[in-house]
Amino acid sequence: MATENDVVIKIATVNGTGSASANGLLMKSIFRMGVPVVGKNYFPSNIQGLPTWYEIRVTGDGYKARSNRVDVMVAMNAQTYARDMAEVTPGGWLIYDSTWPRSQLLDRNDITVIGIPFSKMCNESFDGARARILMKNIAYVGAVAALLDIDLEVITALLEETFAAKAHMIDSNMRAIRLGFDQAQQTVSCPLPTTVAAMEATSGNIIIDGNTAAGLGCMYAGATVGAWYPITPSTSLMDAFREFCLRYRVEPESGKRTYCIIQAEDELAAIGMVIGAAWNGARSFTPTSGPGISLMSEFIGYAYYAEIPTVIFNVQRTGPSTGMPTRTQQCDILSCAYASHGDTKHVLLFPADPGECFYAAVNAFDMAERLQTPVMVMLDLDIGMNDWMVPELEWDESYVPDRGKVLNAEQLEEMENFYRYLDVDGDGIPYRSLPGVHPKGAYFTRGSGHTKFGSYTEDSADYKEVIDRLLVKWETARSILPKPEIRYSKGNKAGIITIGSGDGACTEALDRLAQQNVELNYCRIKAFPFSYEVSEFIEQHEVVYVVEQNRDAQLRMLLINDIEADQTKLVPLLHYDGMPINSEFVVDRVLEEIAKGRAA
Amino acid sequence: MSYITKPKVAHPGMPRNKLGLTSRDYEGMVSTLCAGCGHDSVTAAIIQAVFELGIEPHMLAKMSGIGCSSKTPAYFISQSHGFNSVHGRMPSVTTGAYVANRELTYVGVSGDGDSLSIGVGQFVHAIRRNLNMCYIIENNGVYGLTKGQFSASADIGSVPKKGLPNAQEPIDPASTALSLGATYIARSFSGDKEQLIPLLKGALMHRGFALVDIVSPCVTFNDHEGSTKSYAHTRQFYHHVSDIDYIPPAEEIKAAYAEGDAMPIQMHDGSAIVLRKVDKNYDVTSRASAFKYLRERFNADEITTGLLYLDESRAEMHELMGNVETPLSQLMLDGLNPGAEELKKLQSRYR
Repeated sequence: MATENDVVIKIATVNGTGSASANGLLMKSIFRMGVPVVGKNYFPSNIQGLPTWYEIRVTGDGYKARSNRVDVMVAMNAQTYARDMAEVTPGGWLIYDSTWPRSQLLDRNDITVIGIPFSKMCNESFDGARARILMKNIAYVGAVAALLDIDLEVITALLEETFAAKAHMIDSNMRAIRLGFDQAQQTVSCPLPTTVAAMEATSGNIIIDGNTAAGLGCMYAGATVGAWYPITPSTSLMDAFREFCLRYRVEPESGKRTYCIIQAEDELAAIGMVIGAAWNGARSFTPTSGPGISLMSEFIGYAYYAEIPTVIFNVQRTGPSTGMPTRTQQCDILSCAYASHGDTKHVLLFPADPGECFYAAVNAFDMAERLQTPVMVMLDLDIGMNDWMVPELEWDESYVPDRGKVLNAEQLEEMENFYRYLDVDGDGIPYRSLPGVHPKGAYFTRGSGHTKFGSYTEDSADYKEVIDRLLVKWETARSILPKPEIRYSKGNKAGIITIGSGDGACTEALDRLAQQNVELNYCRIKAFPFSYEVSEFIEQHEVVYVVEQNRDAQLRMLLINDIEADQTKLVPLLHYDGMPINSEFVVDRVLEEIAKGRAA
Repeated sequence: MSYITKPKVAHPGMPRNKLGLTSRDYEGMVSTLCAGCGHDSVTAAIIQAVFELGIEPHMLAKMSGIGCSSKTPAYFISQSHGFNSVHGRMPSVTTGAYVANRELTYVGVSGDGDSLSIGVGQFVHAIRRNLNMCYIIENNGVYGLTKGQFSASADIGSVPKKGLPNAQEPIDPASTALSLGATYIARSFSGDKEQLIPLLKGALMHRGFALVDIVSPCVTFNDHEGSTKSYAHTRQFYHHVSDIDYIPPAEEIKAAYAEGDAMPIQMHDGSAIVLRKVDKNYDVTSRASAFKYLRERFNADEITTGLLYLDESRAEMHELMGNVETPLSQLMLDGLNPGAEELKKLQSRYR
């Protein structure tokens, strides 16, 4: 069947061979043709030599999630040839390196196999082992371009930009592209019935990953202190912050820095540094992943009780324990919501794509300082490390950072006495003073029991007064955090709730279900504690499918816990194999539940 | 309630420092530690040292972890901000605080459990970064709040109140700090105020990581016969290798010191330390010889005290990181944010 701008290309290579730049070139070329794309990188927890895949979904409809189809497989890795062939959707194509004979035993008669001698061509055209390997990867870009009718001029322009300073690289890359392009044309009739055709659907958009966008958000929010311990998949967030700071935060005359990044000895130290810096009035943050949250938990409880603004980015990966560090999940919802011993609960923000990561980063600092409490921005590997097409990031010049209730020297001077934990305004948020500002502002910050005046206590009533006031603050948080995105139509009796990277698959599933006359309302939660609108949404429906990416239905548990949602209404739809969720999963599961009689 | 506010009554004749404050202005709550605890003597020495240096109370930050030692910041300088953090994590909190505001003077009070067991990783890494702080270890070889377990600084053969003598190698904070590159290392005894106060003053004014390891006996759990951290044992095996006088900036070195006996060392703020050597063979500027000396004396069961090592040349943390002079916490957003137009421009590479 002929299609236009609806194809999934999957490329199987070996990690450490430079295939990332080839795949990036291919994806960006399609994006430059004005066609929306979704990129997913499936990489091993390894430096070199293991199988890796890159998947490009070309979606003229502009969907945001991956698809479970593979229409065109570029099987460059002999090690995974069998499973790569098995994965091709019936009617699809498989391209392989025909330099060497392949096993005929694996043949399928429902797909088309195309052999192109990439290695042989590159060995004949390039010198040196490294160049031959790299160019072999570039050559398959050329072959795919011929097969799908991707504009060679767009590819050329991209290469010229990329290698602006290295003219010889443009030449060799273009030669490799041509080799693949010409050979594909000689081998099969090009293009295939599945093509890419220029559109106008990507202007005003960018392609960016969530860690980069979050790092950029931290820089724009005026963060000055970043402390961290390297952990996959959060590492590139601090790398991005560093890169932006080197560009915008070095004083031109003195060469001195207006930021400080500390690579800590472990996550315990990283969070301690963030808390120390925040206590002293700096906007500070740490990026980490699940295992880091476990290590930080004692300090997170401290910051909750001592009321210190703390910004944490948790780029979630597959657990438990070390789990699968390079696979995605939303598996730390509960461990973050209730991190630490004792009665603690924490504000969570759930961006759904890299664009939202930028704004959530800025908002996290505002919320942490307004509420004087830890705020965790919950990314996952899919959002953090994959390239997404999102609307261009915009900055509101009128933005004024919300530094919260911080008393200055004049205000302290005028006060008779300053008490750190008094609820003066009735919103549960006390006033802070910063060290070094005024002697009257001095107080003793402690994780031990304290009275509303800030002094040590073992008195039950004094203790309870403070711990109960924190609940007042919790309700204030509920009222000022971002509201959910809701799509509601009165006729629908069932709805879907999701968070974060579940958004793309769910919104696409809504379209597909509607085509089958299953109409659902939609609520995408953006923050915890859950706002009134979330309670209302659940109340309005007879059945609510809770779509999340973990085994234990953690979001569902949190809904029951935090807003006493009726658990009999909440049907868990759980995707937790480590791959990003796709719309087919949601559609199939909803239909299954309807068949079981769980429809509204 | 286990804290008591101390009434502030200053005798009109009490000495005043350059700010016009008396030592009473540097006091804190009444201590809730056991009567006779070495830590209370250290608290008194800190009060005296900070008073004499004339540090504005609100420009000092008192940092601590968990344990008997870590409670003491509540007992000095009420007009300073205090941060009683979690067990073993005072160094990281101080690192963050210092990075945010380099204008404050940081004094951390820790213990042997807090610094040498649960917090040994943070202790070590704060030294590596040459964090500009005065790091006090009130070292008594024992866990007090949990009632008498050995700590990692207990000596081999030291006898507990109950149970068997310690058989494991002790961690010596001074020689550990020496191997890690700490730039000011001193050891003293809570019972020797004359030696301790100048050492604390030097540590507070030193630019870089200053460790003051203070043998501070636990009267309740480790002051009996057979303990190597008791008052009696410390007094018997106490060995001065050097004493110092701290000379504030713009003050002349007036006292007469015999040539070869005394060595003035200039500090970064214009003050000076006059080092009076008790042992003439000791070289306070050589890591190798200081280490050898400490080990030899340790093997002879002696507790070497005084200024053990000093390096005023090494860059401290902010210098190592190349940060601006203004405290990072005081920078305003307009200087930190390149604005909407630049955001548009920088995204060209994502198109």
